Order: sequence, then C-alpha cells, then structure tokens
Amino acid sequence: MTKVNLLKPDIKNLSLFLTLGTLFFSVGIIDFYSNNFLNINITSFLPRIINFFTPLIFAVIGLHFIRIEFSGIKILDNLNKNINTNNFNAALSASILLLIIFALPPLLNWFIFDANISGDTKEACTGGGACWVYIKVWFNRFMYGMYPNAEQWRINVTFVAVLVFIAAGFFVPTKFKNYLSFYYAILLPIISFILIYFIISGGSFGLVWVETGAWGGLSLTFIVSFFSLIFCFPLGMMLALGRRSDLPVVKYSSLSFIEFWRGVPLITVLFMSAVMFPMFLPDGTYVDKLIRVVVAITLFEAAYTAEVIRGGLQALPRGQYDAAKSLGMGYWKMHIFVILPQALKLVIPGMANTFLALIKDTPLIFVVGLLEVVGMLNLAKANPKWLGFSMEGYVFAGIIFWIICFSMSKYSQNLELKYKTDR
Amino acid sequence: MKIKKILPQLLTLLFLVLIFGFFTMNAQENMDTRGIEFGFGFLKQEASFDIQFSLIDYDGSHSYARAYLVGLLNTLLVAFIGIILATLIGALVGISRLSPNYLIRKTASFYIEFFRNIPLLLQIFFWYFAALRLLPMPEDAPLILNSSFMTIKGLYAPAPIWSNFDVFFITLIIAMIIIFFFLRYAKKKQEQEGKQLPILLISSCIFIGFPLLTFLIGGVDLSFSFPVIRQMSQSSYTFDGGFKIPPELIALTLALTLYTATFIAENVRAGIQGIDKGQKEAAASIGLTPSQVLKLVIMPQALRIIIPPTTNQYLNLTKNSSLAAAIAYPDLVLVFAGTAMMQTGKAIEIVGITMATYLTISLGISILMNWYNKKIAIQEK
Repeated sequence: MTKVNLLKPDIKNLSLFLTLGTLFFSVGIIDFYSNNFLNINITSFLPRIINFFTPLIFAVIGLHFIRIEFSGIKILDNLNKNINTNNFNAALSASILLLIIFALPPLLNWFIFDANISGDTKEACTGGGACWVYIKVWFNRFMYGMYPNAEQWRINVTFVAVLVFIAAGFFVPTKFKNYLSFYYAILLPIISFILIYFIISGGSFGLVWVETGAWGGLSLTFIVSFFSLIFCFPLGMMLALGRRSDLPVVKYSSLSFIEFWRGVPLITVLFMSAVMFPMFLPDGTYVDKLIRVVVAITLFEAAYTAEVIRGGLQALPRGQYDAAKSLGMGYWKMHIFVILPQALKLVIPGMANTFLALIKDTPLIFVVGLLEVVGMLNLAKANPKWLGFSMEGYVFAGIIFWIICFSMSKYSQNLELKYKTDR
Repeated sequence: MKIKKILPQLLTLLFLVLIFGFFTMNAQENMDTRGIEFGFGFLKQEASFDIQFSLIDYDGSHSYARAYLVGLLNTLLVAFIGIILATLIGALVGISRLSPNYLIRKTASFYIEFFRNIPLLLQIFFWYFAALRLLPMPEDAPLILNSSFMTIKGLYAPAPIWSNFDVFFITLIIAMIIIFFFLRYAKKKQEQEGKQLPILLISSCIFIGFPLLTFLIGGVDLSFSFPVIRQMSQSSYTFDGGFKIPPELIALTLALTLYTATFIAENVRAGIQGIDKGQKEAAASIGLTPSQVLKLVIMPQALRIIIPPTTNQYLNLTKNSSLAAAIAYPDLVLVFAGTAMMQTGKAIEIVGITMATYLTISLGISILMNWYNKKIAIQEK
C-alpha cells in the first residue's frame, strides 16, 4: 500500500479513490433527493447557507476523487475528459445534474403520471397534473377554428391535395425539370388558391359558404404562412436585384421599400392593414380580411427576404459577373442562369431563418381578429366551463410550433449540406 | 443603349406615382365623405384615459402628446432592459456552447433549440397567463430577501428615497468621465511601455468610490420605503409604499430576453468559431495566458463578426416589444395605436406617427451600431 494523498488522486490507489468518489457523489445525490422529495434533511445540523450547498459540495468532492488521468478504464477517462476536467467544471456539471434531478420528476409527473386524459368534462381532471382532457375536447377548435364541425373534411381534403401538388414537383421527368421553378412560383399558388377558394371557402358545387372569419386554428396558420412564403420569395428576389441595380430610381425605391418594412414592427403593419388600408381604397370596395393579412405579411417578409438574398448576391465573386458578361449575356440572362442559382444556394440558411420567423409571426394576426392556434387558445381559456387550464393550452401550442420549426430548421440544414459546392 | 436605362426607371416611377396617387385620392375622398379632417391638432387635446404604468407624471387630464410620450418611454424601458439582459445571457450561453464540458455544451444548445423555436407571442402569453398566474396572492406572498414580495399582482420591491440626488448623479457622471480618460491613459501606456494596468479594478474603484464619497461629505442620503401589506376590503389586499413592477413588464421582459438571447448566443458562437485556430495558437505561443488570449486576441476579432447580426437582434427586440399590446402592457402600440386611436378615430395620423417612431428608433440604433462597427473594423493599410 503506497501513501495516500487525498488532495491528489492517483492511479496507484485507483480502487480506493473510485470507491471514495462514488461514495461522496452518491451521498450528495441522496442528500439532495431526500431534501427535495422526502422532506428529510440529513445535514440540518449545519448552518443554513452551508446546508443548502451540501449536495453540491459532496458531489464535487466525489468528482474530485475520481479525477484520475490515464486510469485505464475507458468510461472513467471519457467521463473525466468530458465533464470533469477541473474543479470548476466539476461544480458546473454537478449543478446541472442536480438541476435535472430537481426539475425532471415534477415535470414528468405533471406531464404524464398525474395527468388526466380520459373523460370529456372538466370534472374528469382529478389528478394534480395536466388536464389533457381540455386539449382533447378543444382539439378540433385548435386545429380548425370556428369552422363548422361537419365541414372540416373540406380543409383536410384541400391540404392533402395541395401537398400532392407540391410533391408532384419531385417526381416530374427530367425533361420538364427546367419548368419547375415556373411551376412552384406561379402555377402552384394559383392551383392552391383555386382549391382553397372553392373547397374551403365553398359557396358553389353544393358546398356551404364558410366566411374567412370562421377559419382558424392551426389550418389558418398553415394557409397564411403558405401563401406568404410563396409570394414573399419572388418579391424579395426582385427587391434584392433592384437594390443592387445601377439605375438610381430603381435602386432607391427598392432601398426605401426595404428599409421601411424592416424598420416597423409587424403588429403595426397589421394594424395598418386593418384600420388604415380601407381608407386608401375607393368607397365600397371590400377586400377580405384574410387577403389583407396575407398581403401585409408578404410585403413585410419580402423586405427581410430581399436582404438575405442581397447577402448571397454580394458574396459571389466579381469574376462570376464578368465571366457571364464576357459570354455576351444580358442582365436577365446573366442573373437567371449564372448569378441567382449560385446566390440562392448560399442563402439557404438565411432563407430558412426568414421562413421560420414568418411562421413564428403568424400568431400576430389576432390583432385583426383572425384566430389561429394561439388566438383560439385565448378564446378557449376565457370559456367559463374551462377556466384555469391556460398552462395546458400554451404547452400544447408550444409543442406543435416547436415540432414544426425544429423540423424545418433541421431540413434546411440538410438542404445546405446537399447543395454545398466546393469553391 | 440609353433607352434600356431610362425605360425601366420611367416605368418604376410611373408605377409608384400611380399607386400613391390612387391611394391619396381615395383617402381624400373617403375622409371627405366621412367628415374626417386630416391634421395633428388632436395631439393637444385632453386624452382623458388612464395608463396603468407610467415612468413620468401622467393622468387623464394630460394631452394625447403626453400619452404618446408615456407609451414611447414604456417601450424604450422594455427594450433597454431586454437588450442588456439578452446580451448578458446570450454571451454566456454562446460561450457555453463552445465549452469543453459536455453537460454545459448540451444544456446551452438545449436552451437555444428550445426557446428559439417557439413563437415569441406564445412565450409572452405563457409567462403572463400561465406561469406568473401561479404566484401567490398578496396576502399569502412570502417575504423575499427581507424586503420584497413576488405576487400575482407584480413584484413589490423597496423604493429608494434620495436626498440630494442631483449631487450623487453629477458625481456619477464625473466618475464615468474620469474612467474614460483613465482607460485612454492605460491604453496609451500599454502601447508605449507594454505595461498593463489593472483596468477593471481601478475603474470599478473609481466608479463605486466616488459616488460613495458623496454619502459622507456631499450630504447625499439614501433610505428605502418598504412595501407594507394593507387590507383593502374583506378579501382584497394591496401593498403600500415600495416600488411596484407590474407583471406585464416582468412577463414581457422575460419572454423577450429569453427569446432574443438564443439568437445572440448563436451569433456569439459563430463569431468565436469564425476566428482562425492559428490566431489562438500564435497568441499562446508568444506566452499569453488563456484569459489574455481571449481578451486581447480572440474577442477583438470575434466582435467584428458578432456585432452586425447582433445589432439586428437588438432591432428585432425593440420591434418585438410592440407585442406588449397583447398582454396590455401600456407600450406605444397599446397606448397610442390602441386607445388613442379608438378615441380620436384618426387612423392615418396615428398609425403613421407610430410607424415613424419605430422607424426612427430602428434607424437610430442602426446608425449607432454602424458607427461602432466602423470604429472597430480592421484598419487595412
């Protein structure tokens, strides 16, 4: 047995230090656990301020003991390298672990173990956890807004049809590939608009007319963001080209357009579309609320899109322009065949961020009285039969938006990798 | 060749003139038929509505212009607090994402992925309608730090009561000026003699010491008025004295800060990662300590990458603070484009003024940050 120096754990007393370290670490965890969940405080004889930190101190001492370099045990070495390089890091790691232990059980209880999902009235919620009954009962409202229950299949049918039309672009034979951008930029919006107009809105072919005020929920989020997305892209591209143009009138009008929309908050733009815009139209003309909103969001996001695309245009080396010009290409030919294809590849991450921002901005349309998911939540929360479940509602909507946005950002990262070309 | 240049410009001009002309003519006609007059005279009229939270003296008898000012100050207050907190959290999380510690790295990226993918409005609603509603009623609220109460009606903290505040304030400004000159001196000394003065220590001594002196000799005195609970009726309680921060402000600041900090954190991470590894190695090889490497070599270069996108985030935060209207925090949009517009019906003027205000703020921040950016940009010879 060699001499043991407690301040410097070494490999010669590996098993001793491992035992000591595990022991101290477990004491820390057990102390913390009993403190928080069993209401037993085994270190209550200590002063309050030290007592509060005992679990952390024990855990750090434990981690200190197992910090042995080149111990020969792979797991231990990895552990030390990743979370236990020095005392400061050990303290941080230990506090994060303790925080997880502290937060996870109550959260899980609330979400799953104490939650209620069976039944369909408020009284069914007897557990202390979340009342998912509320979400279950209101699910249709959150998805379709005030759209009549019997007619909701129309929304589903339209969405499936639009998805089919979008997917169709991926399966066209190679010889039509050149017309794809034309299809996505011009044909698809028209087709989708016709579908939405005739099926969701109704009024002909024996379908009941449903006014846009009744649309709502998640489907409205999709409709608004879909059209704004499709329209803001070409508009943003034109503005970006305009801003880089040599012609002063074109340049400065694009510039002021972009700076104007980027300088004001979306909520005031929506206010404008709601109260100011009707003043600017001839007396008696009425533009539907939904269309006004889509136009407002499109103009707003187009300015941001323009700036993102301009970044891509600027990042291209001058040689690309010169080479295209020396081949005798004109302005449009040069941009369509040489500049834009390269620039758009560069701006995929930026575009994805703009699109995500657009989707996250859609809840704002509550200002003009259109209720998508978040708006419906606020409506449901005020229902006298279902008071006091706002938490469940916001958590539910948060999860939905999180899934949409997170998968979109992951998809854009994949796209970025796919189109990455070496320069 | 010339026609190619003039024709598009003429067409653009024609298009703009037509659109603006069309809109103005319609607006004129509509206002005539409805008997509304265009003008800003209403700003001087009595507003006759109350505002819950105001930084300056205001009640219903003041004018609309004053109400506008109250709203503007409230917006600026949220933006100011939000920008400072978001920068601190963002920098911390951004650096944590590059930590060698696995747990810290993962916690930081979990935080970023979690908060940036949920709409800001939803987060504001969550904090205001769900999380802050879990707080106790005033009568059940526990005492925090022996001075404050965190209740469902807001945070009640001790209010400072100053005597001779102006002396204190002037000393504070003088201290800042001294620090400014001291920093210049220290930089000069470092450039000429290679000596580093303990800048942080000395400047914080000046910053704290000078104002403290005024308590001893300047006749400045500070006392606190603590919030005291008072029963208003059978079941309703309130606090007297102290300083109240309304829950709307807390919810809005929390949501704005946590949301914007995720973007700032990503900017900080990208900035630090954007620095060539050789820079770090070169700095280490000439014998700088790790903290010196970060302070003298990495950060000055990383800041050039970090600042432009972070400016955008500051602008976004300021503009997003307009979501305050959704939870009835009396910011510019709620007070002016909401209540004032309902009362006066001057839609065009009021929405115009509101937008112009935001435009001014945005352009102001951009100009300021552009100036700073230019200052720290690489001086190429």
